[in-house]
Amino acid sequence: MRKRESAIVAAVEKHGKERKNLLPVLQDVKRVKNYLSRSDISEIAAEMGLSSAHVYGVASFYHFLDLETRGQNIIWVCKTISCYMKGSNDILMALEDALKIKVGETTSDGKFTLLQTNCIGWCHKGPAILINDTPYTDLTPETVTDIIGEYYKK
Amino acid sequence: MAKQKLKRVDLIFSQECSCRDIIGAALQKSKEEIVSELIESGLKGRGGAGFPTGLKWKMAMEEKGNKKYVICNADEGEPGTFKDREILDRVATKVLGGMALAAYVTGAREGFIYLRHEYKFLIPKLEKVLVKFHEWMDEFDLDFRVSLFIGGGAYVCGEETSLIESMEGKRGEPRNKPPYPSNSGYLGKPTVVNNVETLVYALMIMRIGADKFKAMGFEGSTGSKLFSVSGDTPKAGIYELELGMTLDEFVKEFGDGDAKAVQVGGASGFCVPRKRFAETHIGYQGGLKGFSLPTGGSMMIFNSSRSMYNVLHNYLEFFEEESCGQCTPCRVGCQQLLKGIEAVKRGEKSQKYLSDLLRLAETMELTAKCGLGQSVGNSFSSIVENFREEMIY
Repeated sequence: MRKRESAIVAAVEKHGKERKNLLPVLQDVKRVKNYLSRSDISEIAAEMGLSSAHVYGVASFYHFLDLETRGQNIIWVCKTISCYMKGSNDILMALEDALKIKVGETTSDGKFTLLQTNCIGWCHKGPAILINDTPYTDLTPETVTDIIGEYYKK
Repeated sequence: MAKQKLKRVDLIFSQECSCRDIIGAALQKSKEEIVSELIESGLKGRGGAGFPTGLKWKMAMEEKGNKKYVICNADEGEPGTFKDREILDRVATKVLGGMALAAYVTGAREGFIYLRHEYKFLIPKLEKVLVKFHEWMDEFDLDFRVSLFIGGGAYVCGEETSLIESMEGKRGEPRNKPPYPSNSGYLGKPTVVNNVETLVYALMIMRIGADKFKAMGFEGSTGSKLFSVSGDTPKAGIYELELGMTLDEFVKEFGDGDAKAVQVGGASGFCVPRKRFAETHIGYQGGLKGFSLPTGGSMMIFNSSRSMYNVLHNYLEFFEEESCGQCTPCRVGCQQLLKGIEAVKRGEKSQKYLSDLLRLAETMELTAKCGLGQSVGNSFSSIVENFREEMIY
């Protein structure tokens, strides 16, 4: 008997088993479980009557469906030219200093993962980052360090 | 003939009137009247591709069957574009009003806002607006409901057929066209997919009338448009301007006095060097090599301190990452263009190699399956041709 995982069962129940609901299901499971493991993928496929290959193909297509373990908070630094011109590299270095990790890594306490992303739609207020779903704009190395401090207090 | 002067317009964000009343008044008209008014206005898609909106609605209206959809494309991902976020933040009811008209015209009962993942912070606000909007729909006796669909983070999903693929639970890989979505879209049903800004204009044209709208701009490029201004400018932000202005006028207003180039239309658009500011205007016709450049509104200004090699390198990295990988010209082409300019810069390849790369970009334009691969050559060719020495030294 296959062991059914509650987060996956709940997501599929909420959105429905039809293939058109796959993206919302993946987003829900990712939110609860922090990332989508290989076994989550197979489980979702089984619950929805899809092939694991299809579900993996979809999950690996989208930037925000993480397939590896992430920190509690994910920081996305915009790397598009308009933010770059406003000093996004300094922001990135300030974050690496504050968190003592490099881009792509997760802090040892599991609090933060630091990543880069393409244009997030704040070019007039660059440099900009997203922390989880929240945008922060007009950043300086000082303000971004303060913002990280606030998250540590939470 | 294009107009030279830069003129500010205030249709998109204007709050002077009740959005509910505009929708109500428009719904008094017949479907045919709405469509012919839209066609008469000359409104073209404001996402950047510029397809005539009235024609799109007409095609979906004429499709048989009682299951149709209206989708608002809010997957705004073109580098340098941020107007749709602002519209949804400030005047979401106007967007929904445009969707209601499209639903009324086509007979769709279900609609979606495909919101890019990066704009998730807007969800609580949009959900509140939707409650009010659905009350209006009941008052007007229009059987139409809109829900949110959140993207997964993929630039290519701004292309309407890959957007639909992703809504169907698949990888966001573009479809072959035809069939067009107005004929066979979401779940194989006739679907109208419009950009956020286009929907607002459709509604506002019902209020001001086609004549007043087409009095702005010029033949083939009527009306106004939102521009997202960024880069080397003291006035970065969002501006609604009449179509047809020259880049000269634009740079005079928004530049920092030292503009050497403007990238019109984001990474998939064209780079215009200073010597061509006076002869280039913003509009839809003229073809891709012409001097009338279409844009989804992204206007990035670069001053003389900027390296155009860095700009191009940034765009190519972007395309290499965002190419869906489905067709070979785009998947391999993006990689090779990026590797190619790096090799020339390092001196491993001679400068003649740039001509080979230009031919590759041209091949991609001809053979790539969708707009992403076809438009990589726009920025590549216009930057390499105009700033060749910066690519080499």
